[in-house]
Formats: sequence, C-alpha cells, structure tokens
Amino acid sequence: METPNFSYINDLSGGDKEFETQLFGILKEELPKEKESYENFIKEKKNEEAGQVVHKLKHKISILGMEKSYVIADTYENNLRKGNTNLKEEFEILLQIITDFLEEN
Amino acid sequence: MNCIIIDDEATARAILLQLCTKVPELNVIGEFSNAIQAIKYLNQNEVDLIFLDIHMPDFTGFDLIQTIKNPPRIILTTSDANFAIEAFEYDCIVDYLVKPILLPRFEKAIQKSKNFTREVKPAEGEVNTPSGDDNKEPETSTPDLYVNIDRRLIKIDIPSIYLIEAKGDYINIKTEDKNYTVHSTLKKIEDKLPDHTFLKVHRSYIINIHKIIDIEDNSVLIKKDVIPVSRSNRPELMKRLNLL
Repeated sequence: METPNFSYINDLSGGDKEFETQLFGILKEELPKEKESYENFIKEKKNEEAGQVVHKLKHKISILGMEKSYVIADTYENNLRKGNTNLKEEFEILLQIITDFLEEN
Repeated sequence: MNCIIIDDEATARAILLQLCTKVPELNVIGEFSNAIQAIKYLNQNEVDLIFLDIHMPDFTGFDLIQTIKNPPRIILTTSDANFAIEAFEYDCIVDYLVKPILLPRFEKAIQKSKNFTREVKPAEGEVNTPSGDDNKEPETSTPDLYVNIDRRLIKIDIPSIYLIEAKGDYINIKTEDKNYTVHSTLKKIEDKLPDHTFLKVHRSYIINIHKIIDIEDNSVLIKKDVIPVSRSNRPELMKRLNLL
C-alpha cells in the first residue's frame, strides 16, 4: 500500500513552517470527524451520504501525495453514490494509513 | 481584487488562503464553510472573485450561482473533474480548478480572471466573436483559434484539434481535416485553449482529452498517434477521465 508524503504540502508552503503546522493542525482536527461521520453513515447503510464524506476524504488523500489511493477513493465514492460498497475494504485500509500518519507526525 | 472562499472543508479553505497569499493582487475578505452564509455576505458586500467549491451539503456551488443576482467572477474548485462541461455553461465561471490545486495552475486561473474582465464586459449581450487581436487572450469557450502562417491568419476550429506537438521553434497542430505548422510554443497555445478539453501530457504534447481512443501504461492513442504521457502529468490525466 502507498504511504503518505509531504511533497504537495512542501510545494505549497514553499518552506513556510507556520503554514505547514497550521495545515497539519487542521488536517488532524478535520480527519477524525470525517472518519467518524463516514463510519456512522456506513453503519446506517446511508451510502449516498457516505459517498459525500469520501469525497472530502479523497481530497485529503491527494494532499498527502497518494496518487494511487486517490484513484481507489474516487472509484469508491462513485460506487457508494451508485449504492454499492465495492472497494470498502481497500478504502478503509488507506483511511487507517492516513489516520496513523497524521497521529505520528 | 477582493475575493472570498467558499468551501465546507477547512483544509481546502486553508490551502486556498495560502495560494492567495502568493498572488499579491488578491485580497481575501471572507471565508465561508457554507453557501448560505456566503449569499448573505454577497448581498451586502462588493466581491470581485469567488473561489467556490461545488460539492457542499444542502446547498451546492451551482445552487449558489443560480441564486445570486449578477454573480461576480467565479473560479470553481473541486475534487471532481466531471462537472467541467456543466460549469462552463455559466457566463460568470472563469476557470475550473481540480484539487489538489498547484500554484502554477492557480496563477493561471487568476490570469484568466483578469483577462475575463477585459473580454467579457464589452461583449455583454452579444455573441462571442473572435477578435483577431493577438495581444488579447480569448475567453476559454472561444470556438476558433487564429494562427499566422505565411502572413495569413488562418482560422482553426478548436474542438477539431486533437493533438499539438512541439517541434523545435514550431508547433504542429493536428486537426480532423488538416495539419498546421506554426512558429510558436506549446506554452503560448496552451494558454489559448480551454482547460477542460486540452491537457499537456508531456513536455512536447498537448492532447484533446475527448479524442483519446485508449490509454496504456504511459501512453495514449489519439487517432493513429501514440503519445507519451509523462509521469508527472499522468495523475491529472487520470483525474480528467470518467472512469468506470
């Protein structure tokens, strides 16, 4: 599985450490809320709503430089909007990877 | 240029704010996490440019555009490339940025926004016609491109272009009917073409993404031409595709 990286954030910050810290803080605050919201919608079998949250999560995946994972998230979002949960397992693995990455950094 | 940012994702707003700090003429006067708050603000304040997310709960970016009277210039920001065609049906939309947004692409959108003022305002209520003036940037939906060949300005129908190839100091423009060799650069022609249709996939090639026949590893087949796709451009190409 792909690992997250800082390439996009570094490009964006241009060395601005204050911005990097601020953005990381926002990611750390926003991701768990979205993850929880996603999990609740999945439990309630509200696929359309879960797809909307995956849409936001896939942006975070792209910010963390995970190009292949982005394609998985994008396809999974479309699956949910069509009412099926194909790629759920793969998506949840990568969601855990970014959660761990943000907790460790 | 006074601008506001509308996006329900705090991360996306922070990134846009950072990008705006890189362009001195941009002055961010408001940030909104939902469209309703933004509409209230727009009813009471002068705004020149909006960075607008499409996917927001309850009230989408398109709902906002349809709600406000005389919308200012709008740059759409989204993780979804599938709305590009719908987006350009609105006169106020200057550009369509697919997240994650990179600074060069952001700067290009701002440049388009500045040109948009010059091009659109005088033509209000009229059919958009090609100006023939080389110093002006055409609006993204301009259907024709004029190129200088042997002191003649020759009109090329933009949607018929399927490939542009760099050849030293020249570019080779391939269309459905004919090929044209023009003394210019890929950069210059890239600025004249609509982003939602054309994509630079390699330092020497721009393709019309609607003309792709198939994609294999690091190349695309367009008509009978096999075009290399550089590693750095592949993610953007994949994002543009309506993948099943």
